[in-house]
Amino acid sequence: MQIFTCPFCGPREETEFHFGAEAGKARPEPAPEISDAAWADYLYMNEAPRGRAREIWVHLTCGEFFVMERDTVTREVLTVAALPGREA
Amino acid sequence: MHDYSAFALLRRGLTGHRGWRPAWRKARPKPAYDAVIVGGGGHGLATAYYLARRHGMRRIAVLEKGWLGGGNTGRNTTAVRSNYFYPESVALYDLALRLYEGLSRELNYNVMLSQRGMLIAAHTPAQMEICARIANAMRLNSVDGELMSGEAAVRRIPLLNQEAGARYRCLGGIWQGRAGVARHDAVAWGYARAASDLGVDIVEGCTVTDLLTEGGRVTGVETDMGTIRAERVGLAAAGATPALAAKAGVRLPIHTYALQAFVSEPVKPCLDTVLLYLGTGTYLSQSDKGELVIGGGLDRVPTHGQRGNLPAQETVLSGLLEMFPPFGQLRLLRQWAGVVDVVPDSSPVIGPAGPEGLYLNCGWGTGGFKAIPAGGWLLAHLMATGTHHEISRPFDLGRFAEGRLIDEAAGAGIAH
Ligand SMILES: Cc1cc2nc3c(=O)[nH]c(=O)nc-3n(C[C@H](O)[C@H](O)[C@H](O)COP(=O)(O)OP(=O)(O)OC[C@H]3O[C@@H](n4cnc5c(N)ncnc54)[C@H](O)[C@@H]3O)c2cc1C
Ligand SMILES: [Zn+2]
Repeated sequence: MQIFTCPFCGPREETEFHFGAEAGKARPEPAPEISDAAWADYLYMNEAPRGRAREIWVHLTCGEFFVMERDTVTREVLTVAALPGREA
Repeated sequence: MHDYSAFALLRRGLTGHRGWRPAWRKARPKPAYDAVIVGGGGHGLATAYYLARRHGMRRIAVLEKGWLGGGNTGRNTTAVRSNYFYPESVALYDLALRLYEGLSRELNYNVMLSQRGMLIAAHTPAQMEICARIANAMRLNSVDGELMSGEAAVRRIPLLNQEAGARYRCLGGIWQGRAGVARHDAVAWGYARAASDLGVDIVEGCTVTDLLTEGGRVTGVETDMGTIRAERVGLAAAGATPALAAKAGVRLPIHTYALQAFVSEPVKPCLDTVLLYLGTGTYLSQSDKGELVIGGGLDRVPTHGQRGNLPAQETVLSGLLEMFPPFGQLRLLRQWAGVVDVVPDSSPVIGPAGPEGLYLNCGWGTGGFKAIPAGGWLLAHLMATGTHHEISRPFDLGRFAEGRLIDEAAGAGIAH
């Protein structure tokens, strides 16, 4: 069992967390001007990086989304931080 | 083609097993090919074989960074079946199953296909309704499928926990008689041997590090054994495909997760079919050696590390023990994981990548072993003709922008 750290609740078991998405995706706006390809890119396309990754996770127990930096090969957690504007 | 006839086995057996020849040539890469395939798993090797066999192409190479089948192909639990929901999926997976049915003869290599049938078991009335829906869909799509009653299921699998207090008492489920298992290594090795005999260069220990493009056209690959020119490049590298495709500016809808499997110590025959339980997500079969081969759902943490985490093990194994309490006495011999390429709609991506001459065969996720003959057949068709086969067209990368997803996970409620 791996321990992840929620920026709000502290260290908890990995099963309390859920992967959300790769970090850094900005919703393209304004919607009527966005091409299908750009929208599909936003919705579906990923880097699936090998090694260092920045990801959005949710701590299911408290419901907060946050940023976690991890190594996707070793699974080591590098940093966790609240989303901008959501700092505790 | 050198063979493994009873006579050859006897002769070699009596002479100390000396003189066996390697099943495929260990090739060094040439400077240029008509077609290069990245990834020596089942899909890459089958692609090379069909390019040579069906399309008469000769200057073909398969580049594999490790050893053949050392990716997911050699790590999988070998269930083959075509009990899917959507017509597009059934067309794809049943093409694969039909090719599997003739594969040992086609390759002159025993892939040990054992069509022992598969039950997708339900334990609630709602699940039984879903099973009826899928079984009906299978029949509408001209594939053998039927709704099996609870009594028939227990007759087929007497060890199933039917105690009054059982958490997941089996009510029946979907039965596909043509489903079964095949030998994973044999599939990779059989395609490799047959392709090699047709002149395909199979290069192991060769990592592709970059894709070369000129004016929107792919012109070759960069490898740790030097530059290799190619008119067409096929990517069949499972979880490594997104990083490779990115070299040509192509983005893919793939996340990589570990998927684990487990093997128990060998026991006397006790399970002569493949069983997948909807309620627990755990599935299993018994190998010829008597080991139980057990699998389940994905780990929930995206990774490129080929090893699994404990929570997923707990889920799979506690599911197993709910279904078969006596298996609690068994010891596990081995546990391992592969890095699988998961797509949001749980359907593969097959088609042109974007840059001319670059083609994709990836996104098989947890269930691409059963599809190897079809994946190879379809990628070969694409690479030889430049256009889709009618069976691969729905699986084009373009389906994401067009909103034509083939959402099999939801449609068929499958784990792998
Ligand atoms: C535990 C487990 C159980 C499974 N159970 C089943 C099952 O019961 N039934 C089923 O149908 N499917 C199952 N699957 C899924 C199935 O194994 C895969 O979908 C299938 O094997 C994919 O084949 P492939 O040829 O696309 O990929 P792989 O076999 O992974 O081959 C890709 C190859 O590409 C190579 N490669 C990667 N990067 C490079 C590079 N840069 N240069 C050169 N080579 C490279 C890799 O080394 C690898 O050998 C399971 C998978 C796992 C992990
Ligand atoms: Zn929290």
